[in-house]
Amino acid sequence: MASAPAKLPAWVDIGLLPLINVALAFVVSGLLIAALGQDPFEATWIMLRGAFGYQESLGYTFYYTTNFVFTGLAVAVAFHAGLFNIGGEGQAYIGGLGVALAFLAFDQYLPFVLLLPICIVAAALFGAAWAYIPAYLQAKRGSHIVITTIMFNFIAASLMVYLLVNVLIQPGQMSPETREFAAAAWLPYMHEALGWFGWEVAESPLNLSIIWAAVCCVLVWGLIWHTRWGYEIRAVGANMSAAIYAGMPPARIIIVTMCISGGLSGFVAVNEIMGVHHRLLLDFAAGYGFTGIAVSLMGRNHPVGIVLAGLLFGALYQGGAELAFENSAFTPDLIVVIQGLVVLFSGALSYMLRGPAERIYMALAAPRAVEA
Amino acid sequence: MPVPGASASDPALELRGINKHFGPVHANRDVNLSVPAGTIHGIVGENGAGKSTLMSILYGFYQADSGKIEIAGRPTAIHSPEDALAAGIGMVHQHFMLVDNFTVLENILLGAEGGALLARGMASARAEVTRLEAEYGLEVDPDAEVGELAVGLRQRVELLKALYRGANILILDEPTGVLTPQEADRLFEILRSMRARGVTVILITHKLQEIMAITDNVSVMRAGEMVAHRETAQTTREELAELMVGRQVLLRVEKTPATPGAVVLKAEGLSYVDDAGVTRLDHVSFELKAGEIVGVAGVTGNGQSELLDVLSGIHSPDEGRLTVHERVIDHAHPCDPAEMRELNLAHVPEDRQRMGMVAPFAAWETAILGYHHDPAYTGPLLLKTNAIVDDTDGKMSRFDVRPPNPQLTSDSFSGGNQQKLVLAREIERQPDILLIGQPTRGVDIGAIEFIHQQLIEMRDGGCGVLLVSVELEEILSLSDRILVMFEGRIVGEVDGAAADARTIGLMMANALETDGEKTGQGAVV
Repeated sequence: MASAPAKLPAWVDIGLLPLINVALAFVVSGLLIAALGQDPFEATWIMLRGAFGYQESLGYTFYYTTNFVFTGLAVAVAFHAGLFNIGGEGQAYIGGLGVALAFLAFDQYLPFVLLLPICIVAAALFGAAWAYIPAYLQAKRGSHIVITTIMFNFIAASLMVYLLVNVLIQPGQMSPETREFAAAAWLPYMHEALGWFGWEVAESPLNLSIIWAAVCCVLVWGLIWHTRWGYEIRAVGANMSAAIYAGMPPARIIIVTMCISGGLSGFVAVNEIMGVHHRLLLDFAAGYGFTGIAVSLMGRNHPVGIVLAGLLFGALYQGGAELAFENSAFTPDLIVVIQGLVVLFSGALSYMLRGPAERIYMALAAPRAVEA
Repeated sequence: MPVPGASASDPALELRGINKHFGPVHANRDVNLSVPAGTIHGIVGENGAGKSTLMSILYGFYQADSGKIEIAGRPTAIHSPEDALAAGIGMVHQHFMLVDNFTVLENILLGAEGGALLARGMASARAEVTRLEAEYGLEVDPDAEVGELAVGLRQRVELLKALYRGANILILDEPTGVLTPQEADRLFEILRSMRARGVTVILITHKLQEIMAITDNVSVMRAGEMVAHRETAQTTREELAELMVGRQVLLRVEKTPATPGAVVLKAEGLSYVDDAGVTRLDHVSFELKAGEIVGVAGVTGNGQSELLDVLSGIHSPDEGRLTVHERVIDHAHPCDPAEMRELNLAHVPEDRQRMGMVAPFAAWETAILGYHHDPAYTGPLLLKTNAIVDDTDGKMSRFDVRPPNPQLTSDSFSGGNQQKLVLAREIERQPDILLIGQPTRGVDIGAIEFIHQQLIEMRDGGCGVLLVSVELEEILSLSDRILVMFEGRIVGEVDGAAADARTIGLMMANALETDGEKTGQGAVV
């Protein structure tokens, strides 16, 4: 009895608490903005309008959201197997290498309908390969996956610098970038795609990879909760001894799960390289992999939560950029601080309010139980 | 150790109208308890009856919603374990709270160092501990490292720790769970000598024979309420069992003699060395036949767990051969738990929460653990959720799992109901070989009766059952043959009908000479 205190209902746990956490982050951000002599309400208004106010801003917000959904799903899948994949950044980066190599090899010869699946598979394979090594080391050698995936981010960064400076650079160019891919092979922008149906919208980097992100959400949901493999992944994550007892091979499950996770991170390149930049360039992963950790934590490792958290972070990125643009008092650093506060409250401190919430809920629920 | 300022007539401890809710659960309901000073007071009750909650309130882990605590006639507010210690209440937990790589003295001093520099505190503690050891017969070397002590000795360290803090009310939570019968006897002697010196002892246990053997008074809890207080001399085990469960209980297991058939499992010289290089199994040989229950007795940690692990395929043997039906398993030909299941061997693990189930899984998910490849449960791609839930529904009603809701998470069931769910999963596969560890650990009396019945039925249906248990009574009442393990070896085999607790207890401590002469020494820790 002593070990079974009452549980919070789902709507408090999944709905109310994250909202309160985000609200707290904004309150602290507001105090910070006020301390800088600015009007926090005006700043909030600019951010909201900058994120959702007009078509172009909405496009940017969804474009960022697409990246966060991929990396959030990647972290979540690994998390269900009890693995903390910090390497999303490097896996996304190497995923870009896969996309670029596929393009450089085939963009002159193959039609778009063939290039699209090849590039998606290449992004997944390269991302997965980058996750495979830490996964193998964890599964067979017991090297801690948090440490190895962090280190692999640095290795990925160095590798890409080397490749772009020495190997893949367009001859005669100064900046370390590959040549631009053939335009026929670009993933269509959303404004183009909607244009085909006669719906004119403002231009933005948002492209069709957002549909792939939605598909991935459904696939991950099905995998984790409705297949035998998801069952095994969750068993390994929640209770390794029970998984071994049940005859599951933990090493194989760890490796396969990490490869799925790495593949999902690699899809960032589908959005960035295939959809937006159309060439491989340095640092295109731009922290999306790391933010994916916060997105997954905040979204409680569930695709629906990840979409909502991804949207929040997309809005923060876009609204923040708008804020810095509108008012020079808001330096990009301050925007990073606000984003950091949201990560802090909804990620690192996400359980801070659980205890008090449980006590309040119990105090409210107990009298009812007595009457019953 | 009389309490200063208290009159002799005051009870050492008085609880009045204690109420405690956890959300909608009323864990303690108007509980009253009066414990006279210098007595041993037993508290019995099924799991979830509220014993632990009550003691946690007394020790300051929880606050009661309402009610009063009086220590030696004075109302006392206990908000934390520090308050409890200050009020003279000490607690020895079921799982010891000791630092393994500290010495006995360092452990006793922990939390009462008496200054930044240890030397002075150590010196005075040594003197005090030596005095306490002599006074209560609690011999233990103060300079020994705790990790190297036997379990019985570690418990003495816990007792010393409580006494050193000046406890004159001592709460013991299931103190004999990890002891041999001889060690338990020694503990009872120590408790009696404490009582003789005025210490009040509260003993929480589910073993009724211990209540009868040592307590002066006993209180029975059921469903959060105190249902009875008895003078131990005026009651019987049967009456207590009935009060605990609220109905008549069969304490003896009814069974006919076994009719063993062919050998289904054969171990020849099995050895197993763990990752730390410790030999856990040392040339273990035995046979298990269809239609018999073989009990494996032994003090916790003498290789029984590893035996189950090797027999179920979780670990491979390093030496020796294991034959299951026709399949021969040795170091060069390892087997895994999935293949063992295909050989129609089922395993109910010792620790269901660590191994037998996945706590956050829904009951229906736990109900297919290990059998999730069965085409009845999974298609080529997707799990057949509806079929599994229906199947679990059936298992729950046949095995009386309460509440019968397959959607609840596995850890929301009580221990007994979790065990019934695991049993249902393994037994309904109709295995030829059933390995079962601690079938009734943490299980309430009503469920014990049911589980024992199931095991006898399995045996009568021709299944070979290997039963590992630290409950000697359980081994004695169920087994057709009994193997005794000590330090990874099988040190004795006894016919089930001819076995008695005393002989097996001596074997468990490896103190039974081969010619039948008892050494007397060594059996006692």
